[in-house]
Amino acid sequence: MRSLNTLKKGETGVVQNLGAAGAIRRRLQDIGLIPGTQVQCLGVSPMGDPAAYFIRGAVIALRGEDAAGVFLE
Amino acid sequence: MGLSKDSTGIKAAGTELIICKAKEEDRVVALAGNPNVGKSTVFNELTGMHQHTGNWPGKTVTNAQGHCVFQNQGYVMVDLPGCYSLMAHSAEEEVARDFICFGGSDAAIVVCDATCLERNLNLVLQTLELAPKALVCVNLMDEAKRRKISVDLKALSTLLGVPVIGASARSRRGLGRLMAAVKDVAESPAPERAPLVTYSPPTEKALALLCPAVREACGDSIPARWLSLKLLEGDRTLLASAEKHLGFSLSSQPLIAEALEEARSLLQQAQFSPEQLQDDMVSSIVRRAEEIAAATVVTEKENYRARDQKIDQILTSKLFGFPLMLLALLAIFWLTISGANYPSQLLSTALFWVGEQLRRFLSTVHTAPWLIGLLVDGMYRTLAWVVSVMLPPMAIFFPLFTLLEDLGYLPRVAFNLDKCFQKCGACGKQALTTCMGFGCNAAGVVGCRIIDSPRERLIAMLTNSFVPCNGRFPTLIALSSMFFLGVAGGLRASLLSALSLLAMILLGIFMTFAVSKFLSKTLLKGVPSSFTLELPPYRRPQVGKVIVRSIFDRTLFVLGRAVTVAIPAGLIIWIMANVTINGATLLAHCSGFLDPFARVFGMDGVILLAFLLGFPANEIVVPIILMAYLAQGSLVEMSDLASLKLLLVENGWTWVTAACTILFSLMHWPCSTTCLTIRKESQSWKWTAAAFLIPTACGLFLCFLVATGARLAGVA
Repeated sequence: MRSLNTLKKGETGVVQNLGAAGAIRRRLQDIGLIPGTQVQCLGVSPMGDPAAYFIRGAVIALRGEDAAGVFLE
Repeated sequence: MGLSKDSTGIKAAGTELIICKAKEEDRVVALAGNPNVGKSTVFNELTGMHQHTGNWPGKTVTNAQGHCVFQNQGYVMVDLPGCYSLMAHSAEEEVARDFICFGGSDAAIVVCDATCLERNLNLVLQTLELAPKALVCVNLMDEAKRRKISVDLKALSTLLGVPVIGASARSRRGLGRLMAAVKDVAESPAPERAPLVTYSPPTEKALALLCPAVREACGDSIPARWLSLKLLEGDRTLLASAEKHLGFSLSSQPLIAEALEEARSLLQQAQFSPEQLQDDMVSSIVRRAEEIAAATVVTEKENYRARDQKIDQILTSKLFGFPLMLLALLAIFWLTISGANYPSQLLSTALFWVGEQLRRFLSTVHTAPWLIGLLVDGMYRTLAWVVSVMLPPMAIFFPLFTLLEDLGYLPRVAFNLDKCFQKCGACGKQALTTCMGFGCNAAGVVGCRIIDSPRERLIAMLTNSFVPCNGRFPTLIALSSMFFLGVAGGLRASLLSALSLLAMILLGIFMTFAVSKFLSKTLLKGVPSSFTLELPPYRRPQVGKVIVRSIFDRTLFVLGRAVTVAIPAGLIIWIMANVTINGATLLAHCSGFLDPFARVFGMDGVILLAFLLGFPANEIVVPIILMAYLAQGSLVEMSDLASLKLLLVENGWTWVTAACTILFSLMHWPCSTTCLTIRKESQSWKWTAAAFLIPTACGLFLCFLVATGARLAGVA
């Protein structure tokens, strides 16, 4: 299964579920990452991590480690 | 760099919120909203206050309150810290939630960003669930119009069941209507509203069981449906706050305990795990927000973010990301240095002329010579130094930095630098608090509240003073231009000054990384926690407003603080230089005592004494050094850097002395205000001591290296 962190710049994916638990899970859900949400990768930072994603009208930066816990359809 | 009367200093560290009403019948209004939606702008425009605003999330980390009068009714407006959610996982969310819920406000305004409504609706729905008397202010309507986004406010109001007011707070549009709506909401009783969010069937069934029992026990003081949800979820911090507010334990109410038991077993039967319940609670709200946004927002242009994306692609690109950051810093420093040079000279000439007139006047009215010395040479001259050295660079630096802030560049800096912080076991938001440190380290320390993990927050607090605050900039600029770049002036010299200042800042930032890494490997062991950082849309800064605000709120404020410290310090120095014991002045005794120790680190006793006396405010270090040298004899007329350098050289300064003083200025104990703020924020004297000792040790070590190296190489 693909994870959010494998999205290349410009690619879009749809969230299937979250692997993270506890507070991180909450935080990810709060920014709108729930099943069915469309996410687009806008680009990565100069040093390769974190990456910026377009989620529900906002641009949010996530570290690769955290994005790896967001599974895509 | 949240620097204003209320955000710096000790007042900033207050966590308890005490509402100050001007009159008993004043109404209390809470202002909630996501970070960076212009909430502070709404607050400022309504109250006429100057809470600092900037285009990056997490500007307001403390509660601010202000007063406003509308149609003869007084209102206390409470500006809550911005947050995305009230499901409290961080300190600011907890503060906001508890105030909305138990703060006794007469109305709650949720401020939204019209350009990004769906994301904001998450907080709106959560707030409406727990605040019976609320209204929504959709701000940044002008920005939305520019991006061809239209919001159907009427439909939104119908769907939410509360008044919805559109506004453009920056140009004061819509604020009158907002206050009229606030008045309505605050004066009328809480309306009955149908539940806004429908959860999945198992949750709803459990709620149906629990709700009546909760309503019976708690009455209307807390919305029953919401409290029932929290009971089901078992949110401990909230329940503790609720019980404190209610004055009784919820679980000890037999009716509630019984219903809760039943509801839980119902969920179990439906094979609905606690995790699923939580997921359901969050995602139902997100889905509802999606529905409402779909029904009320129309974006005419498919890619309304195209311009922002283009800018981002350049500002955060592999090729240009870092060079542009350095270039921006360099440009700011260069403009500051080259722009401040001439006014500084003008000011000092003028102020010293006034000093002479003062002396003349005092002698014509037959004031005792010692009193003249104390007033003019002691107090007035130190004051004149501080003003002429500090005012011009600050008046240029602050507005420039504020422009960068308003534009929305700082979160991009955090984005670019995050990997470095990650490697050091720290949080990427530390880049933001570091930037705040450029203005004032105490403000930077308070800003660390935006970092959720306590470990990472402490790292950020302990390393904040590695970036020089505005009080230290003039020292760094003056010393480096005197000793390393020549004082000739001209484009080349000012550019070189800016470059050397940039080099010092980079050294400070390098030390921030090094010490962060060291701390996360030793005292504060741990792995970096997760974090999310919003990159807000770029906004056109309001240039005129920025200049006025930053001069009045920041520059004059910082200057005022420097002046209040400079006057007594000048007094002490003068007394020390003029009271003689055993044939030597007190000053000579003190600096003589410190001298052998200071020499090891390439400085002298006077310099070290100046740093010690400068503990209340770093601004006065150089003036104290000059005062001390002047008081010890030579009476040079000071008008420019060249004669200043002469004075220092006469007192034994070499380039090594200057280098060590610069290094020590960059790395020594934080000022007293910062120390007290760290104490307040960390609740620990131990960490305060660490914050004091770590930079001092680093500074002394580097000075020792430079001094010894120079001595061994025979160049000094």
